[in-house]
Formats: sequence, structure tokens, C-alpha cells
Amino acid sequence: MKKIVTLICTFLLALFMLGGCSGQQGGKVSTDGSTSMEEVIGVLGEAFMAKNKGVTFTYNPTGSGSGIAAVKEGRCDIGLSSRSLKKDEKAAGLKETVLAYDGIAIIVHPDNPINDLTLEQIADVYTGKIGNWKELKGKDGPIVLIGREAGSGTRDGFESITGTGNACKYRQELTSTGDVVATVAANPAAIGYASLAAVKKSVKALSVGGIVPSEASVKDGSYVVQRPFVLVTADEKKLSPTAQKFYDFATSADAVKLIAGAGAVAAK
Amino acid sequence: MKKKKEFMETAVHGLFLCLGLITVGCVLLITIYLIVSGLPAIRQIGLSGFLLGKKWASTAPEPFFGILPFILTSIYGTAGAMVIGLPVGFFTAVYLAKAAPAVLKTAIINVVSLLAGIPSVVYGLVGMLVLVPGIRTFFGVPDGAGLLAAIIVLSVMILPSVINVSVAALEAVPKEYEDASLALGATPTETYFRVSVPAAKSGIAAAVALGVGRGIGEAMAVMMVAGNAANMPSLFASVRFLTTAVACEMSYAGGLQRQALFSIALVLFFFIMVSNAALNFFLKGSKKR
Repeated sequence: MKKIVTLICTFLLALFMLGGCSGQQGGKVSTDGSTSMEEVIGVLGEAFMAKNKGVTFTYNPTGSGSGIAAVKEGRCDIGLSSRSLKKDEKAAGLKETVLAYDGIAIIVHPDNPINDLTLEQIADVYTGKIGNWKELKGKDGPIVLIGREAGSGTRDGFESITGTGNACKYRQELTSTGDVVATVAANPAAIGYASLAAVKKSVKALSVGGIVPSEASVKDGSYVVQRPFVLVTADEKKLSPTAQKFYDFATSADAVKLIAGAGAVAAK
Repeated sequence: MKKKKEFMETAVHGLFLCLGLITVGCVLLITIYLIVSGLPAIRQIGLSGFLLGKKWASTAPEPFFGILPFILTSIYGTAGAMVIGLPVGFFTAVYLAKAAPAVLKTAIINVVSLLAGIPSVVYGLVGMLVLVPGIRTFFGVPDGAGLLAAIIVLSVMILPSVINVSVAALEAVPKEYEDASLALGATPTETYFRVSVPAAKSGIAAAVALGVGRGIGEAMAVMMVAGNAANMPSLFASVRFLTTAVACEMSYAGGLQRQALFSIALVLFFFIMVSNAALNFFLKGSKKR
């Protein structure tokens, strides 16, 4: 019996040894903030760790406000915010670097005759003030609102840009961009929103206020359903060498493709 | 020599004991974890406000955490799936176990096993791309995603468990019972329904309980066809089940919202415990008689 116990103990200990294998040498970069930036920062973090062996990259998804506060209080190297810094935040010694733009396309079924809506119309549609396509000069029929689940970055972005926070009367709340696109493609009465990079030919992206969504119109700011992804740093405090390296990497030309892969438009 | 044999015996015994304890440990761990992480939110929101509240708005500035719509949806959805799936599964099982020719029986059993092996996300995908637009055009509603679509998907998903367990139960009925019935002049159909089915009662009850468990616990397929808006259930309304309520929001949740999701999981766990307890009760009752 003793032998078995010894054997089992050895086995368990060997398992624990494996857990200790992740190296702790090299520097550390900690980021904190916007949940919407999860994909972009995740891709960048992975690529950065793959490039620099032994570096630890952490991301704490807390929300833009908490991320900005964390930089101010020195709890992280780089804060992540999915809105521009306010005046008082800049006055408090914070610096913003726009990493990328998140363009959100408003999509409908390809057979839908409507091509253009204003931002106010979109807000009215999603809050239920406009319930029929006829009121927008489309075919007679109820509008089916497709959205994302509570807590999704895209939903948060869409609702904050259109000013419809917590007032949207969704018919369906789906858990991925792909589901939204597929559902809108299957229902002629549906309207939905999805990250610009995910829009396919199976749906039609509406122009907003006459501006067609594209990489160029998102970058120059003329397409309004968009928001910046911002890296927040403290003005007077110098970044650690590793954090500086990550900052340079994220804003370099190498990162452009990675950012596009994560569904955003790089600022460079 | 003898000592060595004895040692091997105890070694194997100990190994099996360890493996068995892993299962028990997992169940204990999950139960304790669920209770510990599920109770704080219930305490903060209040039990009646949580269970009987009709409004769920977890990310609003002034959040509401009422899960009555989810509870009712789960109950209605599972009940609806049983209403459709149970007769189909039950009669299929009677046919397969008693009346079907051997070749056909093997073929159908194989197909049913295949049905059981299809991942739930595939059910969801087919439901989303075929069933939901189908319901929309057939019933002329603006959007097909909702309780009805979920019920139909669930009723197909519970078929394999209902059929397999029922077939096993019916086949275990001693042949003498049926022979006696036939010898007394009963027709084969009378024999199946008056003799075989009552004799296999407890096994069929187990099939029902298994189906209920599968239905109430399914998340992925339901999430793709039910619409997921937190409405009170009605046949064509977009609804959220207990399972999908947890799965939808867990990935981004924080604070009280996250704790409330654990509380929902605790409620779901409780429901499954109750259905299992009911099953055990029925099985024991039928054995005594």
C-alpha cells in the first residue's frame, strides 16, 4: 500500500512540475481597460510574446474608464480606451495614441431597397420609435432588430455612438458577429450591426448620412459609426523598456495587418 | 509469490478507488463552487426579486436581475420538446423493439445513434439557416427565431436518448409475458401496449427523465435559434433559457452581473437535481410494486 501512495504522490508531483515550466525571465507589459479592444490587443499581445521570448503580456478587461484610472494610478503600463480622452483626463497628465479605428457597419438584407439612413433614423429604429420599413420609404413590414449580447464590445460601441444605451428593443441578441451577419442575410426584414471587417457580400452595408462605410471613410472620420481604440500612457512617467517595446510594436507597420485581422482599421 | 499477488490486488484496488473518487470529487467541487459563487448575488438581490422578477437588464446603469422569464422559458421549452419528441420517440421505440424486421431495425438504430453523435452546434446551425427562415415564411411572422424554433430543435435532440433507453427497456421484457398474452388470444398490437409497455414502465420513465435533463441543459443549439432577448415566453417571441442566459453574457460579465450568472447556474443545477430526484423516486416506486 505504501508503494502505491508513493507512486501516486510522485505522479502528482510530476504533474505540478509541468505547471512550473512557464518561464519568468524577461520583462512584463501590463495593459488594462476596454473590453471592446480584447481582440485587437489579444492579437497584438500574442504576436509580441511570440517575437520576444520570455516576455509576459497581460490584459485586464475592465472597461475604458477603469483602464484610464489604472494608468493614472500607475497600476498598469498601458491603458486601453475605446473613446478619446476627455479634456480633464488630458489635463491630469495622460497622453493618448490612437491605435486603430473600430468601424461598425449597419447591415440589412441585400433585397432591402433602403441604402442610406441618418444616425437619428438608426437610433429611432433601434429604440422602437420607427417600427416599420415603410416609415423609412422601404417596403411595408415590421423592422426586425438584430443585435449583440449585453457586454459585447460591438454592442457597447454601437449604443454609445447612436446614443441608444440600454434603450434598444432587440428582437434577437446573438453572441457573435458571424451569427449577426448570417441572421440578417436570411431575413429580408432584418437590420443589424457588425464590425466593418466582418461584412460580407451576403448582406448590404448601409451608408450613414450619405457616407459609405469603408476603410478610408472610417480613417478620415467622415463615417460616423466608429470610435477610436486608444493607448493611454502617463505623460511624465517613462514606460519600462519592455512596455516601450510593445508600444513601438503596436504602432509599427508590422501591426497594421494584425489589427485588420482583428476587425479594426489601423490608424497608421 | 503469494505476497506479490496480494500486493497487485491491493494496488489495482487502490487505483480504482482513486479513479472512482475523481468523479465524486468533481461533483463535489462543482456543487460547492456553484453554491459559494451563486449565493452572494441572490443574497444581494433578494431571493423573491431574483426568482420572480420579470425584468432582466444586467448592464443598465440601474440593473435589474429578475430571472422569471428564463425559468418559465426553460420549463415551457422543455415541456414543449417533450410534447413533440416523446410520442415520436416512444412509438419509434415500440416499433423498433417489437415489430420492426431485423434489417430495418439495425438500420434505424444506426441512424438514431448517428443523430445522438451530431454536435449541438450543428443542430443550432441547421436550425438557424433552415428552421428559423422556414418558421418565418410558414407562419408569416417577421422573425422566426424564438420559443417554437427552440422547441423543435430540442425535440429532435432528445429523440436519441428517448429511443435508445426505451428500446433497451422494452427488449428487457421477458418473452414469456408476451407469449402468454398472445396465447390467450390478444393481437400483437394489444400485447405490445397492454403487456410489454407496462412491464417496461420504469425504463420508459427513465427515458423521459433523460430527455428532460437533456432538454433543460442544452445551451448551444438553443442559443442559435431562440433569439435570446429576455422576454416572457410566448410561442413566437424571442426568448432566453436559463442555460443561454449564462452562456450569452458570461464572457464579458463582471461584478454583480457575473455573480448573478452564477446564481442562474445554481437555479439550473437545482432544477436538474429535482428532475433526477423525481426520476429516482419513480424508479423505486415501480420496483416495489
